[in-house]
Amino acid sequence: MNGAIEGAGWAVLWQAWDMFLHFFLLSFMAVGGAMTVAPDMQRYLVAETGWLSPGDFNNAIALAQSAPGPNVIFIPLLGWQVAMQSTYVTTLTQTHAWMIWPIAIASALMVLFAIMLPSSLLTYKFASWANHRQEHLGIKAFKAGLTPVVIALLASTAWLIASQVPEAPVAWLPAAMSVATAIMVWRTRVHLLWLIGCGAAIGAIGWV
Amino acid sequence: MAQRPHTKAALFWSFTRIALQGFGGVIAIAQRELVETRQWLTAQEFVDDWAVSQVLPGPNVVNLSIILGGRFFGWRGALAAVAGMLMAPTAVVLCLAALFANYADLAVTQGMMRGVACISAGLIAGVVLRMLNGLSTHMLGLWPCLALFASTFFAVALLRLPLVWVLLPLGGVGIFFSLRILKREKGKAP
Repeated sequence: MNGAIEGAGWAVLWQAWDMFLHFFLLSFMAVGGAMTVAPDMQRYLVAETGWLSPGDFNNAIALAQSAPGPNVIFIPLLGWQVAMQSTYVTTLTQTHAWMIWPIAIASALMVLFAIMLPSSLLTYKFASWANHRQEHLGIKAFKAGLTPVVIALLASTAWLIASQVPEAPVAWLPAAMSVATAIMVWRTRVHLLWLIGCGAAIGAIGWV
Repeated sequence: MAQRPHTKAALFWSFTRIALQGFGGVIAIAQRELVETRQWLTAQEFVDDWAVSQVLPGPNVVNLSIILGGRFFGWRGALAAVAGMLMAPTAVVLCLAALFANYADLAVTQGMMRGVACISAGLIAGVVLRMLNGLSTHMLGLWPCLALFASTFFAVALLRLPLVWVLLPLGGVGIFFSLRILKREKGKAP
């Protein structure tokens, strides 16, 4: 009995280390945001290790997107889910069921730390380096030259979000909502939470 | 920069506020709060910092927090800004996960998420329109900028090419011509 729990303890540590390493390395590749590494995470957590089912994975992304904050919060949610689903954690906590909560929270914070640390250090170093050379022609050209390209990346994000909305009962409504919102953001100072609230209400009554 | 946060705590709370209002993407709220409400940045500075945030690895709005926090208060400021951006949303999402294990399957929730998705596409598009306004004073000229904008959009949104393949050539073209113009201007100035 004790042997099984001790074995499970080591297995949990190994599982944590494996996730930490994977997320740490993935951080360097997350150009364009955390969502761009979601396909690789799905491959690792669902196809390769089987720690999460495809449904768990999709639910984590959907839940994170419906909550406020940056999209990257789907990462701690995945860490949480893995701990909750792990057979090793279940074995480890069978005598003290409440232990699952601190373990899940620790797992969530660990993967968030792993995915954030490399990219954040890189950004901080680059930003402070560039800050001291603001008048340097290369830095000026770098920022100015990229401006039209990054605005287009934002436009692409808007386009991709809009095109993933499934067909609505009122077919023209989703596009009309997006266009109306864009014009209000562009031309007025209406509070953005009102717009989001309207969208949620229209969705809740089943029009889109 | 007309205004700036007075303390690291003010920075932390501002970013917490921004993050907690950011349903379906934080960028639109961040632009509104940082440029218009708090005026810590001009619209042009916001675009510049956003460009750097997007081309470096990592979540864009988190990178933006690091850049701003670092500029105001060094590494402690960067830490305060990132903590503000991440702590409250992480707590919220984990509570949601703990309370509603099957919350994502409800029809009403699904409908709300679709509705919010329509709005967040519009919010981001609105920020794009605001940023496009600024291109009229861009050193490359309005039409070359729009050409770069359109070809990037075509490659990423319609052809769905991987980001790196688009960023390197098209970003490279933009940087190359900007550098040429800057050098020519510098040559002219005494």
